Formats: sequence, C-alpha cells, structure tokens
Amino acid sequence: MAASVRAGFPSPADDYMEKAADLNELLIKHPAATFFLKARGDSMEGAGIRDGATLIVDRAVTPQDGDVVIAIVEGNLTVKRLRNDKTGAWLEAANARYKPIPLATDDMIWGVVTDAINPMRKRR
Amino acid sequence: MYALVDCNSFYCSCERVFRPELATVPTVVLSNNDGCLIALTPEAKALGFVMGDPYHKVREKLEANRVAVFSSNYTLYGDFSARVLATLRAFAEEIENYSIDESFLRFSPGVSDLDGLSRTIRATVRRHTGIPVSVGVAPTKVLAKLANKLAKKQPERAGVMVMPKGAELEALLRGVEVGSLWGIGRQLTARLAEVGVKTAWELSQLPDTAARKNLTVVGARIAAELRGVSCLEIEEISPAKKNIISSRSFGQPITEKSEMREAVATYVSRAAEKMRRDGSVSGQLRVFVETNPFREQDAQWFGSCGATLHTPTNYTPELVSAALHALEGCWRNGFRYKKAGVMLLDLHSGAEVQSSFFTPPPAVVGRRAAAMAALDGLNRQLGRGTVTVATAGIAPAWRMKRGMCSPCYTTRWDELREVAA
Repeated sequence: MAASVRAGFPSPADDYMEKAADLNELLIKHPAATFFLKARGDSMEGAGIRDGATLIVDRAVTPQDGDVVIAIVEGNLTVKRLRNDKTGAWLEAANARYKPIPLATDDMIWGVVTDAINPMRKRR
Repeated sequence: MYALVDCNSFYCSCERVFRPELATVPTVVLSNNDGCLIALTPEAKALGFVMGDPYHKVREKLEANRVAVFSSNYTLYGDFSARVLATLRAFAEEIENYSIDESFLRFSPGVSDLDGLSRTIRATVRRHTGIPVSVGVAPTKVLAKLANKLAKKQPERAGVMVMPKGAELEALLRGVEVGSLWGIGRQLTARLAEVGVKTAWELSQLPDTAARKNLTVVGARIAAELRGVSCLEIEEISPAKKNIISSRSFGQPITEKSEMREAVATYVSRAAEKMRRDGSVSGQLRVFVETNPFREQDAQWFGSCGATLHTPTNYTPELVSAALHALEGCWRNGFRYKKAGVMLLDLHSGAEVQSSFFTPPPAVVGRRAAAMAALDGLNRQLGRGTVTVATAGIAPAWRMKRGMCSPCYTTRWDELREVAA
C-alpha cells in the first residue's frame, strides 16, 4: 500500500536560505542582560537622544569613559554621559543648559546605552 | 560538585531592578488577588512581617512602616527568571532549573577555585540582570542547599559558601536541626526525634539500614547526601511548589518550528499532569527557547514569552494552546535551538480558584476533569503520551485583582520604565 512519491529535487536554494534581517541581531548582543527604557527630557539631545526615545541598555557591557549610561543618582534613574579620569567620575549632559553631576560613591551605573531609537513620525 | 544558585527575595528583587530608590526600603509582594504576603525582603522580615500574613490584617502596619507593597506581577518575574537562567548557562553545561528562583549547576571536577567561580557567578548575575543571588557549593545537592542557606543567613559570607570538609563539616552539621534540611518534613522530623536524631550530623551517622527502616528511601538518601555521597535526583524531592518548570536540552538541535511546537506541547502536558497530581492550577505560563552558548560558531538567540490564562487551570488543551501562543512570541527562524522549556507560574490549589466571567460552567468543568483523569490514567498505564487539542485560552491579566501591580517593564512597549534625560 505504501507508495512513496519523489516530490522533485530539493530546492538548490535551500543551502543558501537567508533569514530576513533581524533587528535583534543588529541591536542586541546580550539578550538576557538587555533592557529597553524610555528617555524623558532634553538633557541628552546633543548625543542624539530626544525626548521619548527608546533606549537599548546592555548591562553586560563594562561602562567606560565616554559611554552614555543609565545611572542611579540619589535613587533615580537618569541617562547621561559617563566621564571617568584621574580627578574622578561624573555624569555629563549633552545640553549646555545642564550642569555636570559628580558621581557619588553611593551612585551606581545601571547599564550602558548601546543605541537609541528616535521616532521620525508620530507613532499611532 | 553542585552549586545551588538561589535568587534572594526573588519577586521583591525583580520589583527593585526598575525602582532603585527601593534598594534599602522594606518591600513585600502579595499573592494573587492581593490575598497575603508571599515575598518579603530581609528589611520587611526585620519589621516582624512573615510569609503568609493576610494582607488585610497587616495593611495598616505596612503603611505605618512605609513598606513598599506590590501585587504579584508574574509576567515580570517570569521574564527575570528566564534571564537569570540564561546568564547561569554560561557557567555550567549541566543545569537543573529547580524552581522559578533556584537552579542547580553541576561543575566539572576540574574546577579548582570553587569560591572564586561562585563569586564570579554571583557578580555576573547581579550585573547582567540586577538580581542578587546566593551560591552554595557542595559535593551533593542536600549539602549545596544547606550551604546556600548559610550563605544567605550569614552576612559575612557575602552570599557565597563552599561547604567545608572533615571536622569543620561535622561541627557545622552538629549545629543544624534535621527539620531545617531540604526534604525533611514535619512527619520525618517527628519520626527521627523518636529514634533520638535531632541534628543533621546525627542523621548522617545513622547506619544505612536503620535509616531505611526508620525513614523512607528518600530519608536514607538524604542521610547519605549529608555524608557527601551524591545520590539524590532532583525530582525526588518536591516541596509545596509555587511553580513547575519542565525543560530539556535536545539531543539534536531543533531548527524547525513544527518540531519545537511538539517539544513545547510535550513539556507543558507533562507539567499539567504534575499539577493535576498535586491538585494545583496555574494562571500564568512562560515558554523559553535558547541556542547553545557553548557553540560560539553558531548565531545565538535566547527568547522567552509569557501568557496569561482566563482562569487558572490544569486542563491540558488550554495550557498547550497558551504555550504554543507564547512560543510564537519567542521563536525566531534561522537558529539552532539547544533547549526549550515551559514554566507554570502562579500555582495554587484548585479549590481556591475564584470564578470569573470566563470560568466555564460547572458541567464543562466536570467533563474536563473527567477527560483529564482518563488521560492521566491512560498515560500511566500505557506510558507517556500527548493529547493536544487547540483551544483558545489567552487573555490579558487585567481581570485579576492586583491593585498595586508594577508595569510589565520588560514585555510591553507601552509600559517601559522612564528615565530622566
């Protein structure tokens, strides 16, 4: 009873199949350590982070001088540029209207911002 | 060597990741429908609150003490649990996900600096996920569990304890009551007291035959484990479970979604059977899939996705359908998957389920129970089988009473944590 039908050759393209470009692959190196946060305010406009931007934050990355980071300052989460040199560490806004904040010993870096997504159109 | 990695005050710790101002504030999480306290930070315990306190009775005292109170957000906890697991996988090839907040790792015998490795694990999980964990290391699971407890209790250990050997171990076991050991319940404690066994050390010195006679096989194995003889399979001890995890590594990597659907359906069916045996039901589940982090030549993906059920249930078709729905949320084409699993969260006893608009009528409930009893009977007799019927059973969580629920920070675009720019 059992007859098998050979349904043609496998497609020659099978070995060269490419999956659709995946944003996760581009933007997320450490999925278990990556979180999304939303920026509120204009202090980082000079760094390309506008009010309402979605921030991709990787906690597995070691923060370095010049990184845009999420920091805990007096219990609050804030996004700023980390500066780190002989004189100490501080947080710098990317907007002349904001003063640098020295990083106190109790303050901590929550994660490193790897990318920001700024909408070009109003999302509906 | 085994390591037990246990998340500290897990549900509270999840809430604190996005609320750093609460880092030192006493924090508690309530059960479903805001019934009672199910998770407390040490600061809350120090104020005299205990697990199981009915919320309405302690409400005023919580407010007076400015305790941060949260309704349970299983979507958030499930997501963090999956993140912690994924982080741990970089440290050991063999991992058993014992519960939502505990995992056993097996280290290869070649590891020389166990203390150093444990501290690295602790620091890495904390940094990557924000969740503080304690690590207990020992040659057996029972001892690892004990080491973990001590690591957590004694602040000077900084969350890590490698069990000592010889005289030092003896002195330590002499100070541990049998009743506090993993797997020794009230009944066994009473029976041991009758034969004069009060400490863990005394239990470990009980001759094997006597142990087996006075205790169960499980008790005898715990005694052997205390002597450093590893013989306990994880499945053999089941505490009152808050959650069930059914997961497995595949022999061959899975690349097709159809295969993965079968695997997920199998795992959730198995977990549902376990729930029916315990008489419990679940209102939330989470599916996770992951590639093999040890194959650096492969593209890596780790995905997890949760689903909420209309009404807590242990009805297999409903759970399968919810799990397959969740799989759609975490599957990505083009990867070689090494492992998948299903967590059933928010377990409680079937008797205490509150009916809702979506609760099926009693006749239907009865028919379903009969069908599942028949299914379990057949599976027991004829070996494990899988029956899956696709039914819709997904609903958002809004129907539950959870007045103080935190946002689903990690799973909903419109609930992201805002940060001052």
